[in-house]
Amino acid sequence: MSLIELANPSRFLALTGRALPWLSAATVLAFAFGISQIYFAPDDYQQGATVKIMFIHVPAAWLGVFAWVLMSVAALGTLVWRHPLADVAAKAAAPIGAAFTLMCLVTGSLWGRPMWGTYWVWDARLTSVLVLFLMYLGVIALWRTIDDPAQAARAAAVLTLVGAINIPIIKFSVDWWNTLHQPASVLRLGGSTIHPAILEPLIVMAVAFTLLFLTLHLAAMRNEIMRRRVRTLMMLQAGARIRP
Amino acid sequence: MNLGPHATFIVTAYAAAIAIIAGLVAWIVLDRRHLMRMLDDFERQGMTRRSGRVEGEEVLK
Repeated sequence: MSLIELANPSRFLALTGRALPWLSAATVLAFAFGISQIYFAPDDYQQGATVKIMFIHVPAAWLGVFAWVLMSVAALGTLVWRHPLADVAAKAAAPIGAAFTLMCLVTGSLWGRPMWGTYWVWDARLTSVLVLFLMYLGVIALWRTIDDPAQAARAAAVLTLVGAINIPIIKFSVDWWNTLHQPASVLRLGGSTIHPAILEPLIVMAVAFTLLFLTLHLAAMRNEIMRRRVRTLMMLQAGARIRP
Repeated sequence: MNLGPHATFIVTAYAAAIAIIAGLVAWIVLDRRHLMRMLDDFERQGMTRRSGRVEGEEVLK
């Protein structure tokens, strides 16, 4: 199945209609397995049981960033290739990415209080993630401000590509600046510094969160396609009323 | 499971994550229901999109 074939919204709806029940089931199973692994995961020798917050904080952070990367690719799809589903994918991903980024900020704050002695500090990592969250809100607001989906898509695509500058800043902020946030300990050259007993549940939860993201994103894309059908029908109805 | 002296922070973090995920799922499910209802209303009025029409049929009946 090529991308061109998937460009047909009706075909996309049919395919995702068949895939979503399986994806939902896989998500539930992955979370069940992940939560059982968290239950048996040992405490950290320094952070104690608070390390359990990492199992939701880190996947939420990864997906908050991933959603923006996906939106950036979709923005190119809108501006360069004019793929009919590109702006649908971007618009559907924005609220989900915002929710995961909010989850990252809230859980990070609740982890920071007992470990750092403060809920918040204006260091480079925390601030750049807050900027990402604000960028999500900006893109969502832009989509809602412009009535015509095609115009809104182009404006949102430009804003998304500008905001993509923040992604490497988030990733490398802990290396470029002296931050209270710890440096990368999973995705780093030289391998992970986390003990396998804690790394394994983290990877399972990352897979579960990714499956959740895919499920929610496909469902939100289906909704967006239906919203555009409703809009077209409303315009046809309005046109019919105006015609003598 | 003993969560130690910082149990409140751990439980609150998980509760927040569950609330955010539940909110996302609810938003998508309710949005879908609302849109389906609107499309059903249009269908009852005899309106379909061009792609959903039989060839030669008018857009508005």
